[in-house]
Formats: sequence, structure tokens, C-alpha cells
Amino acid sequence: MTNKGLRVKAKELKTDIALVKGLELSVGKVIDDTWEEPMGPTPMPHITTLRDWDLKLLNKYKPFYMPDCDLCCLCTYGKCDLTAGKRGACGLTIADQSSRIVLIACSIGAATHTGHARHVVDHLIEEYGRNHPLDIGGLNVDVEAPVTRLVTGIKPETLGDLDEVLTYCETQVTHLLSAAHTGQESNNLDFESKAFHAGRVDQVGMEVADIAQVSVFDFPKADPEAPLIEMGLGTIDNAKPVICCIGHNVVPSVGIIDYMKANKLDSKLEVVGLCCTAIDNSRYFDRAKIVGPISWELRVIRSGIVDVLVLDEQCVRTDCALEAERINAPVIAASEKNCVGYKNRTNDPVDEIVNDLVSRKVPGVLILDPEKVGEVAVRVAQKVMPMRKKQSSLPSEEEIIKLAKTCRHCNLCQRSCPQDLKIGPAMTAAAEGNLKPLTELYEECIGCGRCEEACPVKLEIHSFILKAGQKFMLQETNFCRAGRGAVQDIEIRSAGGPIVLGEIPGILAAVGCANYPHGGKDVYDICREFAKRRFIVMTSGCSAMSAGSYRNEEGQTLYEEFPGSFEAGGVLNVGSCVSNPHIAGAAIKVANIFAKRNLRGNYEEIADYIHNRVGAVGLAWGAYSQKAASIAAGFWSLGVPVLVGPHGSKYRRMLMGRSDKPENWEVYDARTGDTVNVGPAPEHLFQTVETPQEAMVSIAKLCIRPNDTWKGRSIKLSHYIDLHKRHYGRMPKDIHQFVRTMADVPMTMKDEIKDILDAKGWKETVIPDPTMLPRMIRSKKE
Amino acid sequence: MMSCEPWQCAEIAATKKAHPINKPEVAVAMIKRAARPILVVGSNVTERSLEGKLLIDYIIDFARASNVKVVATAHMVAEFLKRGYEPADFMSAMDIGNRLVDPTWQGINGEGHPDLAMFVALPYYMESLILSGLKHFAPDLKTMTLDNLFHPHASWSFPNAPAKTWAENLTVMISKFKGEK
Repeated sequence: MTNKGLRVKAKELKTDIALVKGLELSVGKVIDDTWEEPMGPTPMPHITTLRDWDLKLLNKYKPFYMPDCDLCCLCTYGKCDLTAGKRGACGLTIADQSSRIVLIACSIGAATHTGHARHVVDHLIEEYGRNHPLDIGGLNVDVEAPVTRLVTGIKPETLGDLDEVLTYCETQVTHLLSAAHTGQESNNLDFESKAFHAGRVDQVGMEVADIAQVSVFDFPKADPEAPLIEMGLGTIDNAKPVICCIGHNVVPSVGIIDYMKANKLDSKLEVVGLCCTAIDNSRYFDRAKIVGPISWELRVIRSGIVDVLVLDEQCVRTDCALEAERINAPVIAASEKNCVGYKNRTNDPVDEIVNDLVSRKVPGVLILDPEKVGEVAVRVAQKVMPMRKKQSSLPSEEEIIKLAKTCRHCNLCQRSCPQDLKIGPAMTAAAEGNLKPLTELYEECIGCGRCEEACPVKLEIHSFILKAGQKFMLQETNFCRAGRGAVQDIEIRSAGGPIVLGEIPGILAAVGCANYPHGGKDVYDICREFAKRRFIVMTSGCSAMSAGSYRNEEGQTLYEEFPGSFEAGGVLNVGSCVSNPHIAGAAIKVANIFAKRNLRGNYEEIADYIHNRVGAVGLAWGAYSQKAASIAAGFWSLGVPVLVGPHGSKYRRMLMGRSDKPENWEVYDARTGDTVNVGPAPEHLFQTVETPQEAMVSIAKLCIRPNDTWKGRSIKLSHYIDLHKRHYGRMPKDIHQFVRTMADVPMTMKDEIKDILDAKGWKETVIPDPTMLPRMIRSKKE
Repeated sequence: MMSCEPWQCAEIAATKKAHPINKPEVAVAMIKRAARPILVVGSNVTERSLEGKLLIDYIIDFARASNVKVVATAHMVAEFLKRGYEPADFMSAMDIGNRLVDPTWQGINGEGHPDLAMFVALPYYMESLILSGLKHFAPDLKTMTLDNLFHPHASWSFPNAPAKTWAENLTVMISKFKGEK
């Protein structure tokens, strides 16, 4: 589809009937539409277009607010104390303010992904032209942009089409953010609806970014056998110059890798990365190495292994440059969103920039030309490496023991640690020459460095932990499968039926950041549990790395143990943060390809379909960012439940169903128009869980959907009951709410469950063709 | 030293802060005054050892002595069952928080909305957030923490204290309830 502006100007137009002077005719768009699918009811939805749908979900899953702050300090009327029902100077309550913060967070997330996409698309259009075709997976992927089709009604075919999609996103983000201004929106549920809209826009922005880079940079295209990428600090060849890229935007890294390849240096240097840039580097160049998730930034820099640090955008610690100075590693800031205070050297000659960095005349430079970033980074790394000699900022063990003796035992380190790690006793032991307790903190430390900031004698406690754990750090040698991108249409055809019928018991999407409560192994354990149970496990971003960072009894990582295809028991890494829409897209494509529902601008119907039929659950075990909030919002809006780990409670608002209120669980049977109670399926839309055991039980339960066939429900219940018995030590107390007919009951549990059903006064009910939308009822009741 | 600052330094409250409980006897008196008290027990209950005894064992003793109904969060119900104690209910921490802010909720087994909700052994920041939610949205509910970490969003909280003091406080509370039987 192409939309083009048309403008006709004529100084003088003479016809048989008139003479027209100064004619100017302007038509906003000419629709050159070759897409046969009819347009649905909500193309390019504005901020209130899907409000009714949002409110349906928000009525079912009401917000539970846990304010992180009692005050509002956003305007000069304030600070206003909003405690327990007080209104602020502008009239806002704490519920409104809490939902406003959710909207702000989701808008920041959506703006960040959309801004990222804008940079990528503008750059690629400049390099390759507006007509460069999109290719997500060749003949295997016909529905190339399911989220974009669904939300905007546009079927993008070229980079130029993506430009237009982004213009829509940018407009929406502006409206959304403006609603958070003082004296605009005044109702918490309307703030929430707008947060959902931010999630929809965010999904579109991310999808645009990823399909642009997949198409042009030739990333794996819906490839279940995308290469295995070496991962971990232990995989880095220390004898080579090391360029470390941190952030999310692959464009500067492409400049580096292209320069290396063009100069036959690709085996002479190491290009490594942290966070999503690492994932996308490895999609472009399979010898790029993934060091680890976002939380390892201090770990990697302080280890001294990095010769040049390249910072792009998003999730980059703001003290990375200062840390790099301490190890004498030059820094290149490569994003206009993260200039680090450096002088803009984009237009300076490369030789000059290289000399200034190598001589340490300047600690870092801002370069906004990715090709120039590539040449400078490579040449500087080569020259700096022999001079730096991998200088580390970590203390020796002897220094730790000596410095630990100066600890005042004030315990502010532990009280500042988000993990509440027992740092004090470890320091006491270190002062006595025993570093083992410090070593034991290594796995659970999230690398925030707050302990050091709190220390009154400025002990570098995080460095002590890193040094004590260095042996483990250098042993980290694992594999992550390169992000495969989209799910093939043929995979959807084959798995769609079993998913909707419930015979594939669910899709687990392990996504998001690395703010884990007890290290990354929980992510691995949860993913492996569900892959073994023949769920489909999808991963992305830092969670994709953590899932690959541990090995089974045979020494295999998760990506070696399980196939990378969209099938029962598959473990698929779709890619970086901006690849998340391939997960939402898979659910959307089930509705489109398997169920033959129209996508085009047809959001409500597809979301209704997914919510009631596709047993998908998102797990963001270590979510920390505003982007994670907007990603989650995109899933909420589709009716897909999201679980977060304990730190996710700091998002300060949950969306909770009430299983004890039967009236909340009624849907229409589209066949008859009857109202049917389908039980709490899924029970919540956004929930914090405390432990991995609780997460496993919740995931199994949240995969239950009203549409499950009796066979599918029976399979799902058997997983739920099995996990519940294993981790909770007893039968679930709510089993009667999920049994519709006795055929739903797993064969081996018939007697046990029948007794429970009898005790609860259970009555058989029907399996409806479920919908929350009256317009989907095919035959109205008289 | 006992301190009435939030254990995690940044978890501060604004104008409505917890009253410190300086003596366990005071806590016992307040619990006795409540008609329908509950105790929400989180996943750290098997992680904390006080004077050689696990916190969960103190909590079981406390629950048996006081007859306060226990709601186990996360997968802790299994830990209670292993020790021969059946909690009154189990649900996620968010579920119990969400029910407590609903004035129409009829409480555990329909016995009426609790008038005192006590908390112990959740991750500090989670407990803090739930207490904040209750402070703002359940103004008629009193909340109390039995941890050794000060929680400013509760109605009443024990001050920050070492494990030894915590053990002593719990032991006193258990014995006071036992003595009353």
C-alpha cells in the first residue's frame, strides 16, 4: 500500500466554460490500494477509538494501585500530599496520579521504541531509498507486519511505507503524553485506557524497527535454525582488541562490522555487546558475541576487557563513560539521544578523531555517522589495545582484604541494595581474609552499584563482589540462538489449531530485562520446565540471554536442547526488544491465518479472539524499564496476561481479576447470544509473583482460555494441577472454576476431582464460542 | 540499634507514617483488640533463621497460640503443610492486597472483612508497596508488620532490629498468647 500526497497547481487554467487563475488543489493522500482485505472498523485508532474495548478489559481486570510515592511533584502547585483520598491542588487523587504515572511510563516506552524505529527507518531510507522492499521471511512469511496491519490498516511493502506508519505512531505518542499534563485527563480508568493505547502504538513502533532492520540488514528471516551465538565473558578472546557496544540500536554496530569486513579485520577484533545491541549485532554478524544482559555493564567495563566502548541508546548506564575513563578505554557516543556531554566530531576527519582518542586528549567523542563510528572504533581499538594492556579497575584480593578492614559496619550497603544482599557480613568476612561470602553474592547481584554510592567510606563494594566472583565470570561460556525474527505463516498453520483448541497447552513469552530477584537461573528453570511440558517458549532481549546462560545435565544450553521452531516444545528467541511484536504477531497470525479473521484495522475483534482463545502468557521476570511497561501494555491491550517478578511490583499498579466474583467472568456465546460464565480464564492481566515456583503455577493457570476444547482443557488442567501439587503441596482450591464438563477432567484424576466438585456443588456448563463483543453474536436471542 | 527509618533507605513515606511498636506486648494488645485479624506470610519465611530456628516455625507457633488466620503467599502453603500446619488460605500477595482494598470482600471463608492485616516475610519492597496500597485505598483497615524491618506505610511497625531482638519479640508474643489460653 502506498499513500501519496497529491498537489496540483496552475497559474491559469482555460476550459470551455471558464478561465481559472491561481488554481491550487491539494489532496492529502491518494490511496493506491492493492490489498484486497476489506478495511476494518478501527484503522489508525486515535487515543479514544478503542476506549470501549479497553474499558471492557479494565472492568474485568481492575487496577490495584500500590503508590510508590504519596506525593505529586510535577507542577509548581505542589508538592501535593495525596495520601488516602486527599486531592492535590489540581484536583487529582492518588488513584488518578498512579494511573497517570503508568501512562507516562508507557508513553516514554512507546516514544523510545518509536524514536528508535524512526532513526533506523530514516537512516535506511537515506541509504537504500523509500522503495526498498521489505522482506521478513521470503515466501514463508506473507503476513509481514501483523501488528501494523491490525492497528493501522496499512500493509507495508517498502521502507517508505514504514515512514508513514511511524508518522501515525509519533502523532499518537504526542497526544498520549499531552494527556498527562496537569489539568487534562482526570479519571484513572481513562489514564489506563490511554496507557493501553500507548502499548498498541509501542507494538507498532517496535515492529517497524525490526522489520526494517531484518529486511535491509539481512538478519535471520523467520529462521528456526538461526545460528547459535557464543555468549558470556569467557567467550571473548582477550588477545584481540575488543569493541563493546551497549544499548539497543544496531546501526552504529553495523558501521563497525562493515568496516571490519571491508578491511578483512573481522577475525582480528572482537565485537561484543550488552543488552539488545548485542542481540542485534549477532543477527547481523554471527561472530559477534553476546556478553550478557543490561545488568552486567559495570561488570564488563570494570573487568578491563573492553578497549573501545560504543554507546548507543536505551538502557545505557549514564556512568558508563566515567567507568570507561577509569580503565583508559575511549568512548564513542553514537546516538543523538545519548550525547554524554562529548563534543560532536561527526564532521571531523577520522584521523584527527582517532589521534585524539588514542592520545587520550579527549576521553570520548560524539559521532552521529555510523560509518564513521565504524572506522574510528576499529582503528582506535587496534591502537589502544597494546597501550591499555586490558587495564582493569577491579582491586586485587589483597586490596579487598585491606580495604574491608575500613568498613564501618553501618549496613547502609545492604539497606541500599535492591536485593537486600547480606553485604555487611560478607565485608566482615573479607576483612578476615575470607572472600567466599562476597563470591556468593555474585550471582544475585544486579550490578546497580547502589551499595558503593551508600558507603560512607567509599568502598567499591560492587568491584569487591566482581573480583570475588571473577572465576565464575570468566567461566561464562554459553550459547544464545540469534534472534530469528518472525514466526513463519506455515508454522502458524501447523500450530494454530492445537493452540486454539488447547492441545498445545500454551505459549510462554519470557521477555524483558534482567532485574531478577535471585539471578538469571530462574528464567532458565521456568523456560525449561515449560519447554519440557511441550508449551511453546518464546524469548527476547535480556531474558533470551538469561535463558541461554545455563546448561542441563548433558551440558546443553536451552537453545541446544530444544528446537528453535514454533511448535510444541520449541524454544524460539525472536530477537531484541523491538522483536517483541513477533510474539504478539504470532498470536495475531493465529487469528488471521488459522481462524481466517480479517486483520486490517480490526483490533477489537482480533484482541477478543486472542483473549478468549490463544493461551499465551508473558513473563517479564526482571522487568525494570518504562519500555518494559509499554511492551506489557501492548499485550494487555490484546488481552494477553503478563506476569512480572517481585521487582515488577514497583510498576505500582496491577490489573487483577477476582476469581471470587462470578459476575466478572461472563462472556457471550457467539452462537446463541447466551451469557455464559467461563470462570477466571485468564484470571489476571498483570500480576507480580514472588517466587519462580509461584510463577510456574501461575503460568500454567493463565494459559487456560474459555475456548479450550475438553481435550485441551484437560491437558491444561493436568499441567496446572501437577505444578500446583509439586510446588504448593496440594490440589488447587479453584479447580471447580475451570471444569465445565466432566470431560475436562484429566483422566487420571477423575475420582479425586469428582469429590472436590461434589463438595463445591459444581454444575456442568457449556463450552461457548466466547466473545466479549455483542456485535460478534451471530444469532441474537429473541 | 533500633531505628524507625525505612529499612530500604529510599522507601520513604510522606505525611502518614507508621507508629513504631516498641514492646511486643503492645502488638499483642492490638491484635487482641481486633475482631478479624489476619497474618499474610511471604516467601522469605523459610529464608530467615533466628537464633537457630526458622522464621516459619516461629510463625506457626504464633498462629497456633493466637488463633490468627494465616494467608500464605507464593508457594509457602507447601512449606506450612510440610510442617503440619494448615493455613486458613493461600493466594498471591497481590491477590490478598487487592481483596483487602475492597470493602465488600467478606474475608477468609466469608467470615467478614478483616479489621487488622499483619504482614511478615515478603520481599521488603513488595511488602512496602502493598502496605502503601492499603494505606491509601483501605483507610479503615489497620495494618501491622511483624518483621524486624521498619515499614513506614504500615499503621504499626516494629523498628529495625537485629535477628536476636526479633526472635525475642516473637517469643514474647507467642508466650503472651499462650498464657492467655
